[in-house]
Amino acid sequence: MTNMTMAKALNAGLRRALGADPKVLLAGEDIGKLGGVFRVTEGLQAEFGRDRVVDSPLAESGIVGTAVGMALRGYRPVVEIQFDGFVYPAFDQIVSQVSRLRFRSHGRLSVPMVVRIPYGGGIGAIEHHSESPEAYFAHTPGLKVVTPSNPSDAYWMIQQAIAADDPVIFFEPKRRYHEKGEVDPDGESAPPSLYQARVVKPGADATLLSYGPMVRTCVEASVAAADEGRNLEVVDLRSLSPLDDATIFDSVRRTGRAIVVHEAVGTLGLGAELAARIQAECFYDLQAPVLRVTGYDLPYPPSRVEDGYLPDLDRVLDAVDRSLAY
Amino acid sequence: MTEPASNTHSASPNRRAEASSGDPATSLGPDGLNPAMVGGDVPIQLLDPSGRRVEHPDFAFTGTDEEVAGYLRDMVLARRIDTEATALQRKGELGLWPPMLGQEAAQVGSARATRAPDEILPSYREHGVAWCVGIDPLELLGTFRGTAMVDWDSADKRFHLYSFVIGTQTLHAVGMAMAMQRDGLVGNQDPADDGAAVVYFGDGATSQGDVNEAFIFAASYAAPVVFFCQNNQWAISEPIKLQSKIPLYRRASGFGFPGVRVDGNDVLAVKAVTDWALDRARRGEGPTLIEAYTYRMGAHTTSDDPTKYRLAAELDEWRAKDPLARVQAYLLASGAIDQAWLDALAAESDALAERLRAGCVSLPEPQLAEMWGRVYADTPDLLHRQREEYLAYEESFSDGVGSGGVR
Repeated sequence: MTNMTMAKALNAGLRRALGADPKVLLAGEDIGKLGGVFRVTEGLQAEFGRDRVVDSPLAESGIVGTAVGMALRGYRPVVEIQFDGFVYPAFDQIVSQVSRLRFRSHGRLSVPMVVRIPYGGGIGAIEHHSESPEAYFAHTPGLKVVTPSNPSDAYWMIQQAIAADDPVIFFEPKRRYHEKGEVDPDGESAPPSLYQARVVKPGADATLLSYGPMVRTCVEASVAAADEGRNLEVVDLRSLSPLDDATIFDSVRRTGRAIVVHEAVGTLGLGAELAARIQAECFYDLQAPVLRVTGYDLPYPPSRVEDGYLPDLDRVLDAVDRSLAY
Repeated sequence: MTEPASNTHSASPNRRAEASSGDPATSLGPDGLNPAMVGGDVPIQLLDPSGRRVEHPDFAFTGTDEEVAGYLRDMVLARRIDTEATALQRKGELGLWPPMLGQEAAQVGSARATRAPDEILPSYREHGVAWCVGIDPLELLGTFRGTAMVDWDSADKRFHLYSFVIGTQTLHAVGMAMAMQRDGLVGNQDPADDGAAVVYFGDGATSQGDVNEAFIFAASYAAPVVFFCQNNQWAISEPIKLQSKIPLYRRASGFGFPGVRVDGNDVLAVKAVTDWALDRARRGEGPTLIEAYTYRMGAHTTSDDPTKYRLAAELDEWRAKDPLARVQAYLLASGAIDQAWLDALAAESDALAERLRAGCVSLPEPQLAEMWGRVYADTPDLLHRQREEYLAYEESFSDGVGSGGVR
């Protein structure tokens, strides 16, 4: 076991993927000498060369579009979008091309690429650097969308995403980049499937469903709730598309209550989909409506007020109170 | 159009061009990757509209008359595919068809310059290129009849899927070219081992961000790609003047690679210029922009009416520059073909048309149930369940009262 940050864990995972498969290559802005603005690719260009760790011109559609071409010739490109808010120029390539080439070709073509996107707020950033655009991609057939919440998952999930034959949008919770956790880089036990949710903390009174940066917030809320004698279960979704319905429904059926927590705005976010699925499948087990704790339906606000915008421990506990009041 | 700068300079198809004096757009870059534009605003032409071979200081067509006769056959049959498909749309057998009438030379001349392991990335009007690389025209029809998405084996034919979002395929071409660099397919001892990507797009596409990003990436990495722009003068109803205030080929200079304007209705010139550009790319000298100056004699697609936005006189002017007529005139004059040859070709063309008419209406109908298996390599449970629900729902109409009838 090694104690390392999520950024280091991603770096180690990328290094291992590059070492294991000569068809893996990385591309993105500033990922070479600089090692990326979050240093996730630090040292990789020196180790694997400029042909495999490629500094790109500043054009996101170009980064993704050229990666499509490389993927069509058998490469496994892993592209870095520097910040969440900069993925939109590449939106057409991702939604109209990356996601659909298999379908458009009647299953003949594969686009086995990974789009890494640091996402979410809480770091005091300027505009366009704190977005949570995951729902756009989870809404798109043909894509898979995953997000780790801790260093160990980051290490394994990035390798699994690269090995996957489907295109994967890989959201990295940037405010958790520098938080440490135990990673077993030579782990003997196989990691869970990339698309499997995990019960982070078992409980009986209500289920907190979350992912990425909010998992830690939910775990902290469950600890605080325990002081009040409430036993909350915390589920880390890990995969946003596909959703691991079995793990989610099993938890909600046991607790009878579900609260979805995410940074992204509420309207048509993951919480909406989860609420719909849970009420359709767990109707007779529910003791309360499915509640959501999300970012407000605003453009991401100036960072001086982001603490009020982002779900935090108190807003989660408030929702737990409301759920338990039914 | 201005006078060409080409007559005085020493650019050559097979060596780095030197800057022509007095034209600031053609300065040679210090890294040697920015050779001057070849030719000028007057499109390079090797066969004039009357069918006479003409000399050009930089380019020569070196093929035989037998090869030229092959191009004529390609163009005649490609035109027949196109006119037949247009007719099928008029009869309601296709949902839509984008005619390529008038662009046969641009497509056949450039396609005949490719060979394995080159990759070809079309837009959606490259029916003539498709013909040359051996795509069954019925597969083209399937896409426009709604029986298929894109049902040809793009990897096997090295002819990528038709692309309907304007310009997106240019980036894919650059990515493929970058992959070819990494695959050791560029600048080999034996040029036969080398390859490049050629990507087709139109004048309208040059306004797209993706095309400009493709130019930048290709230049930055010296990617082996040929940007083949068919400037057919019209992007649906918008004239080229709306897209560009300078001749399109000159844009390449701003990106740091050569651009060249060729008579897109002259199959010999297109072949010679594309050969040159592909050879540059295969040798590792980077991208080239070819502007094939041509004309869309038909509608943008069968859904629009060109008489609403352009003058009949313009069409007449271009009809006089028909890409097929000049080749036929040349070959008849040279004695390479005769009327019997043309009659045989006409019979072949009729047979092809008959096959298309019969084949189009009997293209197999797709089944919705097949679609769920095409989205992912690793299909999520949700999709499996949806497919089963769909099948069960359909099945529910197959028995009981009203079976096979109204719902």
